[in-house]
Amino acid sequence: MSAALDIALCALILGVGLATVVGRGVFRAVIFFITYGLLLAIGWARLGAIDVALAEAAISAGLTGALLLAAQGRLRTMKTEAEPPARARLPAALAGLSVACVLGWAWFALPVDQAPDLSQVLPESGVGNPVTAVLLNFRAWDTLLESVVLLTALVGVWMLAQDADWDAALGPRFHARPNGVLANFGRILPPIGLIFGVYLVWAGADDTGGAFQGGTVLAAVILLAMMAGALQPPSVAHPVWRVGLVLGPLVFVLAGIAGALLSDGFLTLPLTIAKPAILTIEAALSLSIAATLALLVIGPPDDQGQDA
Amino acid sequence: MSLSIFALTGAALVGIGIYGLLAQAHLLRRVIAFNLIGSGLFLFLGAAGSRGIGIDPIPQALIITGIVVALSASALAVTLVVALARATGRATLPDEETPR
Repeated sequence: MSAALDIALCALILGVGLATVVGRGVFRAVIFFITYGLLLAIGWARLGAIDVALAEAAISAGLTGALLLAAQGRLRTMKTEAEPPARARLPAALAGLSVACVLGWAWFALPVDQAPDLSQVLPESGVGNPVTAVLLNFRAWDTLLESVVLLTALVGVWMLAQDADWDAALGPRFHARPNGVLANFGRILPPIGLIFGVYLVWAGADDTGGAFQGGTVLAAVILLAMMAGALQPPSVAHPVWRVGLVLGPLVFVLAGIAGALLSDGFLTLPLTIAKPAILTIEAALSLSIAATLALLVIGPPDDQGQDA
Repeated sequence: MSLSIFALTGAALVGIGIYGLLAQAHLLRRVIAFNLIGSGLFLFLGAAGSRGIGIDPIPQALIITGIVVALSASALAVTLVVALARATGRATLPDEETPR
């Protein structure tokens, strides 16, 4: 029964993924991509990776979907040329097929190594969720650099603004009809999302959730409030937003340096303070992730841009 | 059994993504295809990490990191596409305007 469910789910994922790539029209491809992300999130849940499922649904399907939809709308209002037909189909198909076959072969050829058993060392991390323990304690370097990658991407996005727009508010101008669907959702959903996002961050220490999933939900709240006109997008130079953007990486680095001075080395957390330290880092990181992701999706300041 | 299904699905998704990246000229569609390659690899890695006792948290953490980095790369790429379209009126690369 469960194998049948998995086969059906994977067939759906493959079908929708294929439709994303070969279907006609960019808009349709974006919609299929969002559906694909949600189906994949179900797949992750089937694999037992609930934290990944949440990240997949919130980040890949939700935020990437919003990003692509907005860009598609911008391209349409700019009246770019109609989509050119696909070309070089056969060589591309052969390339894709051969890589897929090699990967499939690798799955059966590679030896099955026993994964390291984290349950022995998990009590030393200070938190109960093994994924959070890996993200913020055992492999904190990865997460620290990742938060810097986010900031760097945002700086890159801002670099693409036109000189004349630099002092304007970020993103295109949004127009929500008063009492329309968007304006109403913009009032009703943010409080619920706020509670849910903060809960995901808090629960992430011992249960499913975490800074990235919670931060993404908070980013969605910010985006929705901005699109509905309830929150004005800031300008690039806005001081409060700038503090919010760097707060997470800053707290993370300071915690790392404190570890180097007082404990065994950079980014090591002694067990006695591990849990409060992780929760502090996570709280600051979630704020920064929320701000950075929201501003990444909103895009550079663009005064000529119409409602996306 | 189920793990192999997910791993092979991941492998096939990588293939589909590579096809899209090569065959589609519209740059937004290439960004989408690029994301398909990434998520296919994540699925492969996640299935590979589940072969021991339950799912291994280390690949899970790596995948979550990867998903976030993929979003930031996509945001930068999409902004570049919009900037290109604003400058040239096209959402394709200059040498790919006509199908060969």
